[in-house]
Amino acid sequence: MSSSLLQPRAPPSLSSSSSISGSKPQWRFTSPPAVTFTRRARNSTVNAKIREIFMPALSSTMTEGKIVSWIKSEGDVLSKGESVVVVESDKADMDVETFYDGILAAIVVPEGESAPVGAPIGLLAETEAEIEEARAKAASAGGSSPPKIAADAPVAASPPSAPVAAPPTPAAAPVVADGPRKIVSTPFAKKLAKQHKVDINKVVGTGPFGRITPADVEAAAGITPVKSTPPPVTAPAATAAAPAKSAPTFAEIPGATVVPFTTMQAAVSKNMIESLSVPTFRVGYPVMTDALDALYAKVKSKGVTMTALLAKAAAMALAQHPVVNASCKDGKSFTYNSSINIAVAVAINGGLITPVLQDADKLDLYLLSEKWKELVEKARSKQLQPHEYNSGTFTLSNLGMFGVDRFDAILPPGQGAIMAVGVSKPTPVAGKDGYFSVKNQMLVNVTADHRIVYGADLAAFLKTFAKIVQEPDSLTM
Amino acid sequence: MNSAISLSLSSASPITVRSYDGAASSSSSSDLFFRNNSAPSQLRFCGLKREAFSGCKSSSNAVLLKQLRQNTKISASLSGNGTPSKGFDYDLVIIGAGVGGHGAALHAVEKGLKTAIIEGDVVGGTCVNRGCVPSKALLAVSGRMRELQNEHHMKSFGLQVAAAGYDRQGVADHAENLATKIRNNLTNSLKSLGVDILAGVGTVVGPQKVKYGKVGGSETVITAKDIIIATGSVPFVPKGVEVDGKTVITSDHALKLETVPEWIVIVGSGYIGLEFSDVYTALGSEVTFVEALDQLMPGFDPEIGKLAQRVLINPRKIDYHTGVFATKITPAKDGKPVTIELIDAKTKEPKDTLEVDAALIATGRAPFTQGLGLENVNVETQRGFIPVDERMRVIDSKGELVPHLYCIGDANGKMMLAHAASAQGISVVEQVSGKDHVLNHLSIPAACFTHPEISMVGLTEPQAREKAEKEGFEIGIAKTSFKANTKALAENEGEGIAKLIYRPDNGEILGVHIFGMHAADLIHEASNAIALGTRVQDIKYAVHAHPTLSEVIDELFKSAKVKNDVSCAVAEPIAV
Repeated sequence: MSSSLLQPRAPPSLSSSSSISGSKPQWRFTSPPAVTFTRRARNSTVNAKIREIFMPALSSTMTEGKIVSWIKSEGDVLSKGESVVVVESDKADMDVETFYDGILAAIVVPEGESAPVGAPIGLLAETEAEIEEARAKAASAGGSSPPKIAADAPVAASPPSAPVAAPPTPAAAPVVADGPRKIVSTPFAKKLAKQHKVDINKVVGTGPFGRITPADVEAAAGITPVKSTPPPVTAPAATAAAPAKSAPTFAEIPGATVVPFTTMQAAVSKNMIESLSVPTFRVGYPVMTDALDALYAKVKSKGVTMTALLAKAAAMALAQHPVVNASCKDGKSFTYNSSINIAVAVAINGGLITPVLQDADKLDLYLLSEKWKELVEKARSKQLQPHEYNSGTFTLSNLGMFGVDRFDAILPPGQGAIMAVGVSKPTPVAGKDGYFSVKNQMLVNVTADHRIVYGADLAAFLKTFAKIVQEPDSLTM
Repeated sequence: MNSAISLSLSSASPITVRSYDGAASSSSSSDLFFRNNSAPSQLRFCGLKREAFSGCKSSSNAVLLKQLRQNTKISASLSGNGTPSKGFDYDLVIIGAGVGGHGAALHAVEKGLKTAIIEGDVVGGTCVNRGCVPSKALLAVSGRMRELQNEHHMKSFGLQVAAAGYDRQGVADHAENLATKIRNNLTNSLKSLGVDILAGVGTVVGPQKVKYGKVGGSETVITAKDIIIATGSVPFVPKGVEVDGKTVITSDHALKLETVPEWIVIVGSGYIGLEFSDVYTALGSEVTFVEALDQLMPGFDPEIGKLAQRVLINPRKIDYHTGVFATKITPAKDGKPVTIELIDAKTKEPKDTLEVDAALIATGRAPFTQGLGLENVNVETQRGFIPVDERMRVIDSKGELVPHLYCIGDANGKMMLAHAASAQGISVVEQVSGKDHVLNHLSIPAACFTHPEISMVGLTEPQAREKAEKEGFEIGIAKTSFKANTKALAENEGEGIAKLIYRPDNGEILGVHIFGMHAADLIHEASNAIALGTRVQDIKYAVHAHPTLSEVIDELFKSAKVKNDVSCAVAEPIAV
């Protein structure tokens, strides 16, 4: 944004209005507006050469101004007369110039924020040595400033942390070989890097042709991306108290690499912490799947997936046991959900997301399978809409394909129960008549919120579920 | 075939063209608008202004009135389309059925001329099929996307909208459908008036003689009392650029919206490039501009350009390289990205190589004048453009007028805008039906349909200053902000300014520039004032409905200070 904005040094309104005697200039200035500076000896440690940049009064009626944009970034060298910042007054946007040479050490009021006339909006250091000092000052002075500043300022108090930028993950660097590779970064990635003060040269690009994408910069900055990535995993509206307790310090193991959570991972973490506040219990049940396997073999060619079969079976069982489909939102009541929405946990790109098959009891198997394919595709391309991953009333998690025979699932906040499905494998089973036979059997394990779902409820639900799976004809109806 | 994507700055495109030709790239920006007129003719033009007005008196105004009165006559001539003058097949033959040819044909029928129009492609030309029209469809989509994606904006209205998404094919279909619809409308309007649409490529074979026919097929020779060339232009592709239509594209391809690349380079930051950047960024792409001149948006009034950059470029996912030429652009192939080699525009030193997903070549438009048979009437094109005088009469290689041959629109390069072509066509028809007419190009508005829009008419501030210095008068500048406008604030669209450049001594309006919501619609009060010679001191008493955006312009006129408040009705009589 720099060069062209800087060229006309004098504000345009001045140059234009000056030649006409009669015309009334829109913006009344007799001299170019300039940033006001003062020297303030705040305390003995602050060097007097750090100047505060104040919100200028651009008109007689102006009481506060909004920062439209910072033409200069932190660390930029300024020379007298250069435009530094664009301020929006009640009348117009004006470029504001500096009276002093120096280095823009810290931006106190970021773009888009307002400040009253006379309030400090930035700090100007005379030499590079003073930048750190100025920033520390900005961090301490910036009471009203957004959290961003605090995060950026080098806070000495925090435990020895690996530099946030540049997680040297060698994984995503397919092209190496040809010497010093040119760094390619997209326009928005560059803007973000500047905004978050990330050294773009240290970011590992994971985009097409190894280019640095906005997501890479965000990951390097360790900040939550604006949007784009779907905030994942059943996130009920009620946000519990932030887990802001003081984190315990762990012993540092030399050579360790710190990779900040992605948004998705951060959301998973948050949900998992939240789940600790729910009293859960587990009930397991063996289910014979020979009939289901036979059915699957028949309908597979029509595009029906095992996930759809299990979801459908669970949904049909839930229809008969509405309490398992309920949730406890406030600890005082049952919330019976009007529809049965089966969320299915999917591991994706290092994250975890639960696309939701809505009205799984009402849709037929084929529609359900189609819907499932669509959801997976969307999840892969990060196109899931919020209602497609946070509207679940019951969750299904299946690790059977990995040979897991049983496991224990954590109940996502906001739901009443989650079903963990293990592998279906030939198992010797003793029949009522005392004879052994080998049948395909899988173990399902349901975790439920004991505030609303009691042992008998779950047992009854599981019995229904097992019956549906063992006599699966009803699934295709 | 006239004009490009939208009605805008003729200057932006040709200037870039010239830069790519490698000639005089350091041209001053002051004569951007008149690039195709030499400076003297620019002055002469202003000198002609009074003449233009007298023309108005006898023709333009009269035309308007007649149009109103002659409604019945038009329908009477529906079947007839006039009777040709003796010895000719037609009174008027127009080569090219773009907006310019269409406008001329309609006016010719109204004047009772037997008219034919030759088109080798589809009716509607660039504007309707590959320019202004489909691009407006895309921009309509991008405007809405932008609004829906702007959470802050929606919240300030108290609206809640779930994440907005789009279906690329649906967007593309909208553009295609619009073009088809407008094309049919145009075709039908010609047919219903009885204009003969002759299919094939038209060639001038001699004075008052044209042949047409499909390439390689049979050709027919027809005679006409007067001939108008209106063959328009095609996207200009600098040498070194390999267009594959998939990853390296021109506006022709881009308007089909076959892909929305993640990252696209737009070569040229004139109105075509700017509009596409608006579309692409709204649909989620990141954009890099490559501009040969030292600043983006050459041709706009600098102050407007500066504000536009602040609003349309800086906050969006756009970066840019200025003062560089793209010398070589290679499409993506064999798993490699599109590569763009940049050299410094002044030193010619290699500067950078960009690797991106796609490149859009928006370096302006080149006249489409090949195969017109111009050699048969001894006419030489100048860099492809057909030389004409201020009455659109074609000038031959000896500098003499070719009788009965006219050229309008992009093919003459005077002002590469659809509506300019149409206005030129109407001017020519006026002349051939016996009334002298000179079009005042300074009254032709231009617009860029970004969000918000940019529009302008007349001179930019540097142009006005140059003219003022030469002719020894002072200029005044008045400005108003959309921030103070009720309607704009109600819409939460307070971003924008309007700027008036005028003569404080006599109140003449020299130029008006608007950046803000609906700027393209607001400019016409100013362009009409310039066309009719209305002075600031008179128009300031006109009343505007409250609350409307037009009050921005009202305030603009009111804030201008004219020294001796003489009404021009006294100083210079104007037809009423």
